[in-house]
Amino acid sequence: MRTQDGSSRGLVQALADRGIFGILIIILVGIAGYYLLPNNLALLTRITATALLVLSIDLVTGYCGVATLGHAALFGAGAYGAGIASAHFGINEPISMTLIGAAAGALAGLISGFVILRAHGLAQLVLSIAVVHLAHEAANKASGWTGGSDGLSGIAPGAIFGVFEFDLWGRTAYVYGIVLLVLVFALLKILVRSPFGMLARGVREDSLRIAAMGASAHSVQMRMYVISGIVAGIGGALSAISTQVVGLDSLSFTLSAQSLVMLVLGGVGSLYGAIIGTVVFMFFEDTVSAANPFHWLTIVGALLILVVLFAPKGLYGSAIALSSRLTRRKSA
Amino acid sequence: MSALLDVIHLKKSFGGLAVTNDVSLSLAPGDRVALIGPNGAGKTTFVNLVTGNLKPDQGRVLIGGEDVSAMKPAERVKRGLIRSFQVTRLFQDMTPEEHVAMAVLQRDGRSGRMFGHYAGKRQVMEEVGSILDLLGLSALAHLKVREIAYGQQRLLEIAVAMALRPKVLLLDEPAAGVPHSETTRIEKALDMLPAELAVLMIDHDMDLVFRFAKRVVVLAAGTVIFDGSPQAVTADQRVREAYLGSYGHAGSAA
Ligand SMILES: Nc1ncnc2c1ncn2[C@@H]1O[C@H](COP(=O)(O)OP(=O)(O)OP(=O)(O)O)[C@@H](O)[C@H]1O
Ligand SMILES: [Mg+2]
Repeated sequence: MRTQDGSSRGLVQALADRGIFGILIIILVGIAGYYLLPNNLALLTRITATALLVLSIDLVTGYCGVATLGHAALFGAGAYGAGIASAHFGINEPISMTLIGAAAGALAGLISGFVILRAHGLAQLVLSIAVVHLAHEAANKASGWTGGSDGLSGIAPGAIFGVFEFDLWGRTAYVYGIVLLVLVFALLKILVRSPFGMLARGVREDSLRIAAMGASAHSVQMRMYVISGIVAGIGGALSAISTQVVGLDSLSFTLSAQSLVMLVLGGVGSLYGAIIGTVVFMFFEDTVSAANPFHWLTIVGALLILVVLFAPKGLYGSAIALSSRLTRRKSA
Repeated sequence: MSALLDVIHLKKSFGGLAVTNDVSLSLAPGDRVALIGPNGAGKTTFVNLVTGNLKPDQGRVLIGGEDVSAMKPAERVKRGLIRSFQVTRLFQDMTPEEHVAMAVLQRDGRSGRMFGHYAGKRQVMEEVGSILDLLGLSALAHLKVREIAYGQQRLLEIAVAMALRPKVLLLDEPAAGVPHSETTRIEKALDMLPAELAVLMIDHDMDLVFRFAKRVVVLAAGTVIFDGSPQAVTADQRVREAYLGSYGHAGSAA
């Protein structure tokens, strides 16, 4: 937004609106992760892929007001799309695999959007659960293509640009993941600022009002579902490329529910919230489950209850609310 | 047909209560009509039936001669039928500027653009600026709706309707909740509307009604009991009775 004073604060605001800080922070944290946790790059790449899924949920839930517990269907479609392209069709070029994953995700988004958007509220939630269960079952049955419960193996991504081989330590995969995340984040930042992004926020708040302006809430949500499918599909493809195996868990209700939890933890309706929620949840899960393999779920549950009770806007949302309250008090 | 809006034999009852009882009404270009009636007479229900927010039990709605009875609200809006809400419906987390910009972009078929920001479009910003200015909202352009007073939200509700460039405008109590000192703003805005537009305004403020309307329609218990000039309405016996309470509550359907 253009500010009248044009001061340095206006510039800071303009940069923030365009997500420049977010991009810089992702890159810096990405570099730090590479050097500080060189033995955990596989975990970090898994976090990156999941962050794409959580961002994708945020697009439909946070920006469009659609309740879903079945979003892993879109992520899984991307993972199987990229995996099958490599294992069955010999398409091993990583960028092509990623694009195929994105296309598969978009298609899955179109189909699940078509089903889920028929209903509202609780019925919508139930439909979304049905969608992910059906997708899971379909992948299980089509074991000739997907490897069924054994998982899809034989994925052999080639070198990126024919130069960067996927190494044993997962360095290439990690860097590739961070690059994808930065690109997606930058594009989504443009999307949510655009007229379409504004319309979507309107749909979330009051679809009757949107209709009174002559726009169709359903069409907005449908378009957002396809975009969200592209993002989740890229996440799925990244997961397939980096682990070189795709399991049925990538299409599961558990993953759907967990990623929604991550979104709530970070803050619904903000791209930053989605990423922060994913990083915090997955690090926490990794640390706590290593320290206490028996009670880690209890601890995660307790953390969630704390956040929902004391920071209902999520970690990011509450931090923003707190800081704006502090600055207002200072200026008053 | 020269009418912009034709409402033909509209009927609606809620569980045996005839809230709209065979109402017909036409609006021609340039009409300035006030729809009045006691509380619960069925005025808002009538608007909801015309816009498609409610489905009538019987009757038809035509816009510019085209039957829109089967169309959704958004499709009727695209044909120029715009309404405002009696109880403000705005996006709490958005600014007045964003509201009006969204309306302008939507009207021009550009609200689906996925890149760029409306503030970068000079034409849009100029139009948004002039509409906000007209309603005295310029100083609040960048505040969130939840931070501005209810009276100002009412003005924004009108700004959004105007930005959609209606052919037929239905205003449901635009002045309700607006402090008396601010109602002149609304009148000024109404004066600025293009002459060829047809406007139907619901309001309880008789001063406003008499200054604005060239024709008054009185609804009581779901039935039109008067349709004529503002001069004649106060003298009408049935209207007097209605306001004294004998028609105050909708009667039971036969
Ligand atoms: N959805 C609904 N279901 C049942 N009854 C309804 C519904 N909407 C309105 N009514 C009833 O219909 C009658 C007319 O309501 P309406 O809101 O149209 O009146 P109104 O003329 O706009 O009144 P006011 O001047 O108070 O705004 C009232 O008795 C109301 O209780
Ligand atoms: Mg009313």
